[in-house]
Amino acid sequence: MTATAPLASSPSAPTAHLLEVEDLHVEFRTRRSTVNAVNGVSYTLDERETLAILGESGSGKSVSAQAIMGIIDSPPGFITKGSIRYRGTELLTLPEKDRERVRGAKIAMIFQDALSALNPVFRVGWQLAEMYRVHTGTSKSEAREKAIELMERVRIPSARERVDSYPHEFSGGMRQRVMIAMALALDPDIIIADEPTTALDVTVQAQIMQLLKDLQDESGMGLILITHDLGVVADVADRLAVMYAGKIVETAEVHELYRRPAHPYTKGLMASIPRTDQKGTRLSPIKGSPPNLSAIPSGCSFHPRCSYRRDNCSTDVPPLYPVSAGRASACHYWEEVMADGR
Amino acid sequence: MGADLHGATRVAGEPLLRVERLVKHFPLTQGILFRRQIGAVQAVDGVDLTLNRGETLGLVGESGCGKSTVAKTLLRLEEPTSGHAFYKGADIFTLGRTELRAMRRQIQIIFQDPYASLNPRMTVGDIITEAWEIHSGVVPKAERRDRAQELLQRVGLPSDAVNRYPHQFSGGQRQRVGIARALTLNPDIIICDEPVSALDVSVQAQVINLLEEIQDEFGLAYIFVAHDLSVVRHISDRVAVMYLGRIVETGDESDIYERATHPYTQALLSAAPLPDPEGREHRTRVVLEGDVPSPANPPSGCRFRTRCWKVQEVCAEQDPQLLDRFGHGHPSACHFADTSLEPPRSAVPPAALA
Repeated sequence: MTATAPLASSPSAPTAHLLEVEDLHVEFRTRRSTVNAVNGVSYTLDERETLAILGESGSGKSVSAQAIMGIIDSPPGFITKGSIRYRGTELLTLPEKDRERVRGAKIAMIFQDALSALNPVFRVGWQLAEMYRVHTGTSKSEAREKAIELMERVRIPSARERVDSYPHEFSGGMRQRVMIAMALALDPDIIIADEPTTALDVTVQAQIMQLLKDLQDESGMGLILITHDLGVVADVADRLAVMYAGKIVETAEVHELYRRPAHPYTKGLMASIPRTDQKGTRLSPIKGSPPNLSAIPSGCSFHPRCSYRRDNCSTDVPPLYPVSAGRASACHYWEEVMADGR
Repeated sequence: MGADLHGATRVAGEPLLRVERLVKHFPLTQGILFRRQIGAVQAVDGVDLTLNRGETLGLVGESGCGKSTVAKTLLRLEEPTSGHAFYKGADIFTLGRTELRAMRRQIQIIFQDPYASLNPRMTVGDIITEAWEIHSGVVPKAERRDRAQELLQRVGLPSDAVNRYPHQFSGGQRQRVGIARALTLNPDIIICDEPVSALDVSVQAQVINLLEEIQDEFGLAYIFVAHDLSVVRHISDRVAVMYLGRIVETGDESDIYERATHPYTQALLSAAPLPDPEGREHRTRVVLEGDVPSPANPPSGCRFRTRCWKVQEVCAEQDPQLLDRFGHGHPSACHFADTSLEPPRSAVPPAALA
């Protein structure tokens, strides 16, 4: 802290972000090989902000979220390096007992597949009420009332009649609402939504995204949205981090990124989506396929698929070059990429 | 060929495939010893389609709307409850075993899941040549291996792929094997059942391009079943939108995407997230209430009325027909078909209908 900041006297400085992830590394050790799932990821999240983490399968987007929640199975998974701070408090070194107080209460998670995330043999209301019974020691009857309130808050129609239903009696969209209700139960500051609408139909998807947005407006929570869908990101996110092979390759404010991507991978993803003004022409996909995480290419991990590749790309690991305020790209030739436009 | 089987003559201008009043109901039964039918899941309930030579017909809709069931009945992988499907004049649904086998040479399918649709115990070469063992006249035995290699190369796989097993390939590569397999018998029609939905975006585009290339090269007609609206728009010449077992609107690609007249099509299009954040605050968006009703107990009259913002009393009483109301060759099954998103002027909110 500098002398010109007299307010910053307390150790948990007011400048601290809601969540800070710094240089996170996660690997999975199997008998045959080591899978490097996350290789140095850093990002921050503030109140009321929606940060989207975009990536294809195997990019490490879900694993980095699981690390924040502290739900990576170890072994085989190990967080080998890095720091995760919630309001300035380091989570990775926190004793498990204190960690439990953060998990669910301060940082909650919504999973993709609500059918497998809910326990099929317990009634939905009972599973929601469990949040209160376990975390706050609320009595059974009071917890049940709160469960009904929650179900109403996520707009499940006739909540009082459905509180004793089992998960299989709900439709996919309603189950996802139950998952959201569960995440909201303890008024968390941060919700991590891991592909919350991927398993849902388009019309239901729109309902769920709208619900998440409304709830965020009400409570001011920070939202981390993990997705592979460039459309969903464009609809709701403020900021975007694009991941490839366990690293963030580009981060930017959403409008800027869609207007002019600064990394060849981001640009390639956008060119892969059919656009109306290009009907009748061939798409221009990224060639090849994503790398094997136990043998990530040297230098820039995207170089074997990149059309901007030069000699040094296979040897020099590109840092996240600052492009403009709040914007960075991990490409040696980002200026060239941007000059070409979208 | 099919025409000769029934002695029918081919009418000039006849489409390659014409589906009429296709119905597929799956019975719901109760009881263990004495099973009795207590109802039916009306997966497909009166679908008409035509497919012309060399064109792509997109079939879109949400899960459970019956689009995959339509695809499967056309190959008789599911037996239809009633209806007709004329391929070159002969009704696919009445063909006997040998005729059916001959017909299947002409109509092939690519499945959604490239992990489940390739036998893990067979080499890719065996998967490709299997069809030639069954239809033994197509490629002479001595040439099969070379032909298999050629086909695999055509779909962008290395020629040594013939000796490898499906698990040695990525999802996108497996889907290429599925495409090569569909090409083995030189079909006229390939039914693509969600061929790219299981693939990552960057790989998806590669497979779409491949499908378009081989369509031109082999003169194929596609029935392209998918839920991704932007992919369907890109690849289709004509599009049919399904809801709860029926086609609600059909027309050419620009009719559907730029001048949709059925409220469900409009809602579907407005709900689809666009990969462009510009103007997202000002976009008119129709967010439908509720879920799709159960196909075992569909609503009376118009099946979409329980979620529709234009609903009137007539919607519960009369089943809207798929009619070309404006004479544009763009039929829509709605009493109030209109390109605007406004409810009809004379709207009296039908509270009793909900």
